[in-house]
Amino acid sequence: MKNVGQREPNVIPGFGITLGFTTFFLSAIVLLPLSALVLKTAGLDWSRFVEVIASPRSLASYRLSFGASLVAASVNMVFGFALAWTLVRYDFPGRKLVDAIIDMPFALPTAVSGIALATIFSVNGWIGQYLEPRGIFVAYTPLGITIALTLIGMPFVVRTVQPALLEVQRDLEDAAETLGAGRFYVFRRIIVPTVLPALLTGFTLAFARAVGEYGSVVFIAGNKYMETEITPLLIIFRLEEYQYAEAAALGFVMLTISFVMLLAINLLQVWGRKRMMVSR
Amino acid sequence: MGGPSSHADVAAELATRPGHKNVRSTLVRWLLITVSLTFLGALLAAPLAAVFAMALDQGWDAYFSSFSDEATRASIRLTLTTAAIVVPLNTVFGITAAWCIAKFEFRGKSILITLIDLPLAVSPVVSGLIYVLLFGTNGWFGLWLQDHEISIVYALPGIILATMFVTFPYVARELIPLMQQLGNDEEEAAITLGAGGWFTFFRVTLPRIRWGLIYGVILCNARAMGEFGAVSVVSGLVRNITMTMPLQIEALYNEYNMVGAFALASVLSLLAVVTLIIKTLVEGRAGYRRR
Repeated sequence: MKNVGQREPNVIPGFGITLGFTTFFLSAIVLLPLSALVLKTAGLDWSRFVEVIASPRSLASYRLSFGASLVAASVNMVFGFALAWTLVRYDFPGRKLVDAIIDMPFALPTAVSGIALATIFSVNGWIGQYLEPRGIFVAYTPLGITIALTLIGMPFVVRTVQPALLEVQRDLEDAAETLGAGRFYVFRRIIVPTVLPALLTGFTLAFARAVGEYGSVVFIAGNKYMETEITPLLIIFRLEEYQYAEAAALGFVMLTISFVMLLAINLLQVWGRKRMMVSR
Repeated sequence: MGGPSSHADVAAELATRPGHKNVRSTLVRWLLITVSLTFLGALLAAPLAAVFAMALDQGWDAYFSSFSDEATRASIRLTLTTAAIVVPLNTVFGITAAWCIAKFEFRGKSILITLIDLPLAVSPVVSGLIYVLLFGTNGWFGLWLQDHEISIVYALPGIILATMFVTFPYVARELIPLMQQLGNDEEEAAITLGAGGWFTFFRVTLPRIRWGLIYGVILCNARAMGEFGAVSVVSGLVRNITMTMPLQIEALYNEYNMVGAFALASVLSLLAVVTLIIKTLVEGRAGYRRR
């Protein structure tokens, strides 16, 4: 931590100009366009606004987007923890390669992962051909959407949990074990409390990313009316019909969700830092 | 990874380590490794391998000839143009923002950091939508732009703006924690000894942050070239003119031109692989923030 609150003469130049440039650029590229969305929505009268955001089709899309994102983020919490644990605690051949490939969803364009997933989970695809005879259909179902969202959110959980796992005091674990604590007890009382804030932050990040995701989903979703239409897709449909205010209203709903998520992430991080301070 | 032959070696090696003597913990270990790697394989490695397998499905000739398609070439040119404009601008912004946030204490700093991160939390479709609302025919500046015969939406400027929005935070996010961690001491020493601001930045700060900067720029570039949702909203999908590589991939895929779609996708996948390789190389060097 830097010396917060402590004012000392700063000899480094460029404060005014860098702050000015940063605020200007931020306002021009981010804040002004976002306020256009809010004002466009405000131009819609209240009854029409409610009609748009609470139509059965919109509600179905929220259920799908939220439901699939929630499941995907939960799956990531479990497997992401397992992956982070494996990478931090175990040494195995190819560990470095695995560690590097985790970031793939950050670097791979969403359209590419979208068409690739749609292909391997199609009825004739590498994985789909084994699932289809067992009655599991992935392509063009909510399950397919969930898989795409899991792929997108995976690195968020692994990359937030990894540093937290490194923080776990091994001597504490060893001490507990020497004193007769079982592995599960150590896990529950020492490891889980240390990584919990990171785990929840990772979950929220993965969820936030999944709710708004578009590219990797549209190909595998099949976009069936009221069935596999995610909310971002409905915005695209409204735009194609030149219903700008209606598109803005749906965008406003999504933006509100983004703000709530950002707030949650910030609160989780503050909580995590406080816990870290107490434990030291 | 972790083939059966190596299991025995590792197990033997493990037996010699203190604290890992019992059989159950070895079992848990291999169970966890297997589960994690299967999950990773099905979710990450399989799609990546599928891209190249599908691209080369009809052989190398079909693969290479798919790049002689005029629409595909136009999309590559557009993507390169967009990245060439967006990445330098966001790099300058990232360095400026990081300097301002890491070197000085001021009110509202945490709000500023949150606002810089904001584009990461916004849906790509919303990121495109806001520019349509601003510069589209019915938008705030729509009529004025029409009178002056300037087109932003459904043209290159719109694509650049939407891409800039989406990739806005990457360089700044990489540099802020890194510069905060490095502190001000060396810059203060240089300034006190009479060095100018620019000299201090180029000779003192830049060498220390260069690896973090390189990774930030490369990640920003990969995201800029691969952006799909935001760009598809502002593009208008005019063939040969406003189709970026990801949009062209979608078009070819929807036309059932699988070799064409996956061949183009393989280029972007290679870019992603190169990005990760550079990340791995840069990791561990001074001036890189390990997450």
